[in-house]
Amino acid sequence: MAKPREFEKPMGVRDFPPELVSKMKWVEERVEERFRAWGYREVWTPTLEFFDTVGRAGAIEEHKLFKLLDGEGRTLVLRPDQTAPIARVVSSLMRNHPFPLRLCYHANVFRAQEREAGRNAEFFQSGVELVGDDTPEADAEVIALAVEALEACGVRNIQIAVGHIGLLDALLMEYIEDPEAVSRLKESLGRRNLVEFRERVRDLDVAPERREDLFSLLSSRGERRLLDRLETGDHGKAVGDAVSHLKEMWEALEDWDVASRVELDLSLVGSLEYYTGMYFEGYGSDGFYLLSGGRYDHLLGQFGRPGPARGFALKTDRLIMAGPGQPERPERIALIYPRRYRQEACRMAGRLRRKGKCVTLFASEAGHTPPSFSGFDRIEEVIGDDDPR
Amino acid sequence: MTIPAEKLTVAMPKGRIFEEALQLIREAGYRVPAEWAEDSRKLTVEVPEENLSFLMVKPVDVPTYVEHGVADLGVVGKDVLLEEDRDIYELLDLTISPCRMSVAGTPDRETVLNPKVATKYPRIADRYFREQGQQVEVVHLNGSVELAPLIGLADRIVDIVSTGRTLKENGLVELEEIARITSRLIANRASYRLKSAPIHRFYERLAHVVNEKGGSK
Repeated sequence: MAKPREFEKPMGVRDFPPELVSKMKWVEERVEERFRAWGYREVWTPTLEFFDTVGRAGAIEEHKLFKLLDGEGRTLVLRPDQTAPIARVVSSLMRNHPFPLRLCYHANVFRAQEREAGRNAEFFQSGVELVGDDTPEADAEVIALAVEALEACGVRNIQIAVGHIGLLDALLMEYIEDPEAVSRLKESLGRRNLVEFRERVRDLDVAPERREDLFSLLSSRGERRLLDRLETGDHGKAVGDAVSHLKEMWEALEDWDVASRVELDLSLVGSLEYYTGMYFEGYGSDGFYLLSGGRYDHLLGQFGRPGPARGFALKTDRLIMAGPGQPERPERIALIYPRRYRQEACRMAGRLRRKGKCVTLFASEAGHTPPSFSGFDRIEEVIGDDDPR
Repeated sequence: MTIPAEKLTVAMPKGRIFEEALQLIREAGYRVPAEWAEDSRKLTVEVPEENLSFLMVKPVDVPTYVEHGVADLGVVGKDVLLEEDRDIYELLDLTISPCRMSVAGTPDRETVLNPKVATKYPRIADRYFREQGQQVEVVHLNGSVELAPLIGLADRIVDIVSTGRTLKENGLVELEEIARITSRLIANRASYRLKSAPIHRFYERLAHVVNEKGGSK
């Protein structure tokens, strides 16, 4: 028989030793508490999905999917995110649950990494989806909840950057007629390649002052006043609609008291095929990218129950590094007893456990070296009444 | 924890680009030490009066330092960015160290059935020949690429060409241009948000110098 390969694992997957698990759990519990307080209910979906449903509909590019075949030759994927599976559930199992639906999840997701052996292919996300509500308040709600979830994990210096693909689209269309050129510019922004964006703008056949307007999209970052400026500018209906939506969202963010954490950035875009309205990314502490989310109005329709939706996913693996929080660790006690006092030992352990201690029992036998008690905070011995002390 | 939010760490590439990049930073008005030269063995240079800290790293590693956030900014050739494909912001074309990524070979080369291409840039080479609809075998080398066609290791090479002198000295000619290469200012994704004010200032000052020199905006 071949010797099992003890230390080898497939590329990009990890073992989680107890210390790491307790940190991950701590983060999940913290954010879960916030999600629940805002009326979100947890759902679980399978790790495996059909490529034809969830794989194609999601935001993740096909080359990042882990695919396998089932017994009948159908292509399955390991879920690359949780949003498409939840959209499937909302449209099937929960078809009769009225909108709006507030759902949340904690899940491991899988994405193949081409390049580096060191990059994770399986990672953990906690997130929410708010489905079936078209209002700016609903958009603001998930941003406010995202801020609160980060705060609950002790993240400092929280910054949420918000873009709006509909607004960007509409603005670009006002300057450029060729839809291909518009999508090339969006691609450059999607790759965060501002140099390429400027090069492509320079290659366009537009008046110099319009070119300057297009360049200025890259520095269109700020708060409410940015929207005021767009509102008073000479713009068409599509821009106007997006601006007034964002303005109402901004006012709701002010009422949630989180507007100071938020910066609008017209050049920020997420997955281009997927997001349909506002898109946001969250950063904090010393340089951590912690979450992303946004509005995806076309996804549910693909599962037969059209509806506006938005959500976000927290990157749990990074949150454990960005938050100073440590799970509270109960006192760990090693309880040593001679065999004949086992009953006393069991009772004593029960009493201590009810007080919230972690208690581990060790039977002591004459002539045996005791095991190592490292990792315990305290060692207790059960001594019978008849023992000479 | 108190880490001053305004301090920026810049990854600088050792070698070809270094002097020009340092010159540009000086012209942008940053008072960096006059005695700081590439051949000093220092790996980090602190400039506290400008709130800057520089890391001296291998050019191909610049995007790695920036992507992982140990540097907020970096200066690196587009050749490296094309090869590495990292998750970073490409902020500014510094227009320094201009050169070309090209295909080169011996002038008398015959068409072979299964051509081999030697290069330090396997991904760029692979992508380019695929786009051209050509089937080639890419041989990854770490240096002395010009030698490969001379000794029969490869039929062609893909490498950066600036004056063309090295090619000429080895009896090679430039056959096709793949891309124009200059150095770029890149930024870490989180720093771009969390340190947006100092990064924007750094960008503006460098962009100003680049424009003055007749470079593009």
